[in-house]
Amino acid sequence: MAFNPEVSWRLHHQVAVRPEPFGALLYHFGTRKLSFLKNRTIVDVINALNDHPDVRSACRAAGVQDAEQGPYLHALGVLAESKMLVTGENS
Amino acid sequence: MTVTDTAPAPEVKPVPRLVEQFEHGLDAPICLTWELTYACNLACVHCLSSSGKRDPRELSTEQCKDIIDELQRMQVFYVNIGGGEPTVRPDFWELVDYATAHQVGVKFSTNGVRITPEVATKLAASDYVDVQISLDGATAEVNDAVRGKGSFAMAVRALENLADAGFSDAKISVVVTRHNVDQLDEFAALAARYGATLRITRLRPSGRGADVWDELHPTQEQQVQLYDWLVARGDRVLTGDSFFHLSGLGAPGALAGLNLCGAGRVVCLIDPVGDVYACPFAIHDRFLAGNILSDGGFDNVWKNAPLFRELREPQSAGACGSCGHYDSCRGGCMAAKFFTGLPLDGPDPECVEGWGVPALEQERVKPKPSGDHSRGTKQGPVALTLLTKPPARLCNESPV
Repeated sequence: MAFNPEVSWRLHHQVAVRPEPFGALLYHFGTRKLSFLKNRTIVDVINALNDHPDVRSACRAAGVQDAEQGPYLHALGVLAESKMLVTGENS
Repeated sequence: MTVTDTAPAPEVKPVPRLVEQFEHGLDAPICLTWELTYACNLACVHCLSSSGKRDPRELSTEQCKDIIDELQRMQVFYVNIGGGEPTVRPDFWELVDYATAHQVGVKFSTNGVRITPEVATKLAASDYVDVQISLDGATAEVNDAVRGKGSFAMAVRALENLADAGFSDAKISVVVTRHNVDQLDEFAALAARYGATLRITRLRPSGRGADVWDELHPTQEQQVQLYDWLVARGDRVLTGDSFFHLSGLGAPGALAGLNLCGAGRVVCLIDPVGDVYACPFAIHDRFLAGNILSDGGFDNVWKNAPLFRELREPQSAGACGSCGHYDSCRGGCMAAKFFTGLPLDGPDPECVEGWGVPALEQERVKPKPSGDHSRGTKQGPVALTLLTKPPARLCNESPV
């Protein structure tokens, strides 16, 4: 399934976030997979997901304007593939 | 641990490479090994923790729960529980339930002795528990020579029970030796048969492994064979970053993982009496950071132990400084060097450039083990001569 930034995405309820100087560690208790968020902006984006109706507005809330969103959307897409992020009623 | 090095987030502001940050240590370990007991029903010849007999000072249930509380506060996501054979502790399942109820996931290693159909059913119902069955041969002949008679059948029965109960994705954990390195495809087939994932790790000369390493560790040729297998087939195989000493055999990045020694930086080990060591392969006084009970808790030991602070400093490349592979292998495994009696700032005994071979041929002194919980000796039980009548005086019977 392609990652659609025009809709709402959330962290899976079994995913825990541990802040780190470099960004954060994500751990999915269900899949038992660990991921690294390699800077703080992407952490801010993820924290903003809950309060926004779609990914693009969450990015803007974290200070990432539309023209700069490409790499962030890619990173979020990777997280969606590994089920760290879920969309709509799947959360 | 399954590390997916994902989220290749954009470099908005330059930050040091992740590996460099890990080398300076994190506020809490990413993963932690906890040997719950030294008691074991088996006596594997290469046991890292020289297990056999229970240590009478073993942590109580309450002390273990206090540690779990601390791990939860530090956001240690999960622990690898081992031993000994952890499931022989009467409170084992209680501790597993306590940990998972406190957001500390559990992966435990077992030889399968207690994985009955009933236990397998219970395990299948939990999202937070992962099971790793140890197996060191894809056939009973190869396995039992290392792990003991009947241990292959016991492990396979456990795998069957888990599969029948619907437990998905158990791990089969293999220590690669000279005698099973040709069986890697068979191990993969075995894993596939039980819906399990294969995990292979490096034989370390730690614990009783020090006595058998010379005969059991893969030859130089086999190291290359192993590397090639990992590059070709390793995408579905876990290694726990175990083979980073081989990363110089190919292009950087060909071998999955961080390729970093995490000892005291991102990993450590808690032993059954609460001693904290730098890594699971380093149970020795030289790598003892402190004790959870007597040194103010795990958090304090992790953050402030002089040993851990020292390990987080830049390490000297020593004799490896001029080698072109140093950036990829970083001199290899500290524990492998220490327990084979090689200098810590020199090549790994299984160095891909072959520097380990002459180093091993030189005169070297292997460190004396600082703890041994084995039930007998390799030669078998020592026959004691007992007096048939009471000694004339108390001290006439030699205490040794």
